[in-house]
Amino acid sequence: MNRREAIRNVALLLGTAISASTLSALEGCNPKGPDNYALQAPETKKILAEIAETIIPETSTPGAKAAKVDEFIAMMLNDCYKPEDQKNVLDGLKKVDEASEKQFKKSFVDLSDEQRNTVLTAIDKERVDYNKRDNKKEGDPTHYFQILKELTLTGYFTSEPGATKALRYVPVPGKYEGCIPYKKGDKAWAV
Amino acid sequence: MQLNIRAEKENTYDAIVVGSGISGGWAAKELCEKGLKTLVLERGRNVEHIKDYTTAMKAPWEFPHRLNHTLEQKDNYPIQSQCYAFDEATQQFWVNDKENPYNQIKPFNWLRGYHVGGRSLMWGRQVYRWSDIDFGANGRDGFGVDWPIRYKDVESWYDYVETYIGISGQAEGLPQLPDGKFLKAMEMNCLEKHVAGRIKEQFNDRIMTIGRVAHVTEKHNDRGPCQFRNLCARGCPFTGYFSSNGVTLPAAAKTGNMTLRPDSIVLEVIYDDKKGKATGVKILDSTTMQTVEYYANIIFLNASTIGTASILLNSVSSRFPNGFGNDSEQVGHNLMDHHFGVGAGGEYDGFQDQYYNSGRRPNGIYIPRFRNVNAATKRTDYVRGFGYQGGADRNRGTSFDGIGAAFKDSMSEAGTWSFGIGSWGEHLPYYENKVTLNKDKKDKYGLPTLDIDCSFKENELAMRKDMAASAKEMLEAAGLKNVNTYDEMPPPGHCIHEMGTARMGRDPKTSVLNSWNQVHAAKNVFITDGACMASSACQNPSITYMALTARAVDHAVKELKKGNL
Repeated sequence: MNRREAIRNVALLLGTAISASTLSALEGCNPKGPDNYALQAPETKKILAEIAETIIPETSTPGAKAAKVDEFIAMMLNDCYKPEDQKNVLDGLKKVDEASEKQFKKSFVDLSDEQRNTVLTAIDKERVDYNKRDNKKEGDPTHYFQILKELTLTGYFTSEPGATKALRYVPVPGKYEGCIPYKKGDKAWAV
Repeated sequence: MQLNIRAEKENTYDAIVVGSGISGGWAAKELCEKGLKTLVLERGRNVEHIKDYTTAMKAPWEFPHRLNHTLEQKDNYPIQSQCYAFDEATQQFWVNDKENPYNQIKPFNWLRGYHVGGRSLMWGRQVYRWSDIDFGANGRDGFGVDWPIRYKDVESWYDYVETYIGISGQAEGLPQLPDGKFLKAMEMNCLEKHVAGRIKEQFNDRIMTIGRVAHVTEKHNDRGPCQFRNLCARGCPFTGYFSSNGVTLPAAAKTGNMTLRPDSIVLEVIYDDKKGKATGVKILDSTTMQTVEYYANIIFLNASTIGTASILLNSVSSRFPNGFGNDSEQVGHNLMDHHFGVGAGGEYDGFQDQYYNSGRRPNGIYIPRFRNVNAATKRTDYVRGFGYQGGADRNRGTSFDGIGAAFKDSMSEAGTWSFGIGSWGEHLPYYENKVTLNKDKKDKYGLPTLDIDCSFKENELAMRKDMAASAKEMLEAAGLKNVNTYDEMPPPGHCIHEMGTARMGRDPKTSVLNSWNQVHAAKNVFITDGACMASSACQNPSITYMALTARAVDHAVKELKKGNL
């Protein structure tokens, strides 16, 4: 298995075909650019935290905020994504706010949980439609919400709360058993 | 004068081994255990077993980027970072590409680890014996030169090395893939068992077996057992898999006969015209930048296929103006790798009530070669053959669409089963696929860099079509849905099975080494890394290097005792 295949397997684990820009980021491809300070701004972290928590809310297990997914997304965008992808996501955050203002006359962070869910459900549908569009061309930007969602899932499920509470993490399994019973609702293995 | 004599005496050993990787470690162990004072030279830093596996016990969240590549890594490791085993946890075992340049005349991924243990730390650990179909291939179809050995010459040495290191696998009785000395086989999961059954039912010429892998599935020589963490390339604190660091070098050290010298870049083999043989090697100490000469009766070159070729080409004397042992002009030529990165994958609807335990099996399944193994399986579009590796997994989640609590729950549960196989194919030996010195471009030590000029040709490309088509055919026959083929055509080198730059053969005019891995024209120099290979077969080659090394050391010591070296 080569790297690309390995990454595709990760993509499969995430339950999706992975986007070109995330694939490119995971493989890396450009020299490290300067730090993007817009990613570190408190208002950026704040909206990232709320978006991530809306995608992966606290339930009987911790949510994205408890796993510090906002910090993870900001760092990953800075260290692993090209400047144009960073800009794409930062512009996307503005679009989230615009959608919130349009529908609820408030910025996204000031919405209720239910309102946030409404806004992002619509944006996720927009993402699905964009991914299914007919006139796809090489070099088209990835939908910003695709990147945000991928990073939220990676950041959450590889975090200590995500891996050990939402999933089952066994550091030293000791043996491999190929066929064991599974019931719907049983947690998946973290790694 | 007396000082020189004393220095010479201090720097004299019975044997020198250049390289501490998978074959060098075996040379060291065997030479030391046979009582020879042995100097092991390694160009990179020391890596002590367990102590230096600094990332081995870390959890995913202890890595800031969760093992994803950063732009900075990609900048410093543009080649190495393409390897599946390169990540935030293993970066320390790969060379910095910027500091270790080479010249790609055609695209070639040279994946390297410069440290004690070499790539035995990060290897894929798959172990498949060669058969006479492989050792006889060149002689049969005329590509390359006939191997001077056959399976019967190596069989007992396969037994010997496998018994020592511990190989997990299942005996299948196939002529094209001889069984080994196996420890308990690892288990297949439900979908793999299902696919194996369907392949057996529907194809009378092929089977699917569990991978044969250098893991100890039971306690073996005080090692292991394997803990099924699948973090192997970080180094294993349980010594669950074979590495030089964990197995052969400690055995060599235990004899008291080994001197291990890291940070020692071998510049050349010293040839003494009067004695008519090699007398030692000259090294550059990379920490002091001093050159030092070491002497011995026996020299083993195990610097890796391309590294060994580089040393030979750099070793120029009046006897060997074109490089050591290069009367045949074959040194550096016939470079091979396996061609891979082609196969198919699909999904399976069933087994929703089945999963596997928390174990992360460091191994997959294997479909042994089934083309050109007998008259009935003869192809007209290409010679030689290929095998498949792969496996099944149950993915997490079923759909990426949606947000919120229900989406989170779905992503936290086991989802669809998927099954994939990728193929490893034989690369023919072509004279024009070669490594040469580039004296105009020097590295940071002032040494010539290497030009690597290697490609896959018509035979490989024709084979790849079958590799993809047969994969799809089998997966569909096994009842998988949404079966898709892929062919990523990675450049040569990417499979990390480079071989052939100092090939064995019967005739000194057309080969570099004889049937005992001795340089034809300097019989006290042995080459038992991948350089010695006259063809590439399609099996992962490391176990064959190990067997040939143990065999060559046995011969070397017998010859030494007879006074023939």
